[in-house]
Amino acid sequence: MAHAATMSHPREVYEAPLTPGWGKLMMWFFLCSDAMSFAGLLAAYAAVRMGSPAWPVPAEHLDVPLTAINTFILICSSVTMVKALSAIRRGSRKGLVLWLLGTIVGGSTFLGVQAYEWTHQITHGLSIQGSLFGATFYILTGFHGCHVLSGVIYLSCIAIKAARGGYTAEHNSPVEIAGLYWHFVDLIWILVFTFVYLI
Amino acid sequence: MTHHTHEHAEPNYWMVWAALLVLTLVELWVAKAPMLKAAIIISLVTLALAKAALVAGYFMHLKFERWALILVVLSPLVLSGILYVGLVPDATNPSHWLPPASP
Repeated sequence: MAHAATMSHPREVYEAPLTPGWGKLMMWFFLCSDAMSFAGLLAAYAAVRMGSPAWPVPAEHLDVPLTAINTFILICSSVTMVKALSAIRRGSRKGLVLWLLGTIVGGSTFLGVQAYEWTHQITHGLSIQGSLFGATFYILTGFHGCHVLSGVIYLSCIAIKAARGGYTAEHNSPVEIAGLYWHFVDLIWILVFTFVYLI
Repeated sequence: MTHHTHEHAEPNYWMVWAALLVLTLVELWVAKAPMLKAAIIISLVTLALAKAALVAGYFMHLKFERWALILVVLSPLVLSGILYVGLVPDATNPSHWLPPASP
């Protein structure tokens, strides 16, 4: 896998992480602290589940196929994000804007599907105060959803600046930093999907 | 200010995307596979961690970063593991859920 995925295409140049790229380093620090927030929530979820004698089977209450498609949409939006960074590093401003728009559409679609699922669950009686199952479901997916919403707004700001010609092949670190945030949101969802929906 | 550069060939992102898609499909299959519950859980967690590693390694370019940054990023994972291990004994023992009654 490692060799298969490390081939061909143009060369990219990266700044050293612990020297001049302070913006990037600070984003990594933020992501580490945010990862701890999610770890706390997931650990609490695991503790609650392990301590409950009869935890419901998630697949019997949640729409797993729909959420699997939503997971796929978020993964696709991560690909469009790396293609956006790749485009501007080759000097393609048009490519940057188009791939960024694709990422924003992917993130917005994810939020739309999640809003649909929440609506469905609420109308079928699953509430945040009614059971631990409902509380953990809404808190975990809601906390992540807030991150996706923030990411869509963040990427929209980057896209507006990109459309105005704010980034070049030499100056594009804000795009890379926004990308780190977006991929983190994708990474966290991979874990939330597994723990909340599949297990 | 001295800028050090770290050059590498651009990864084939579509290969990573395909791997993530395949792993997601495998996850969906494993979730309903006729196996022991423990085997299903271990398999799903392993698959999820593999997917997370692909995203972090290739999309977030962690695979191409310096070791110093990789260590910074791995530190919360270690702390998360400690957090989880610390919670398990109490989570699995209902008699630990409430404080002991005062004499």
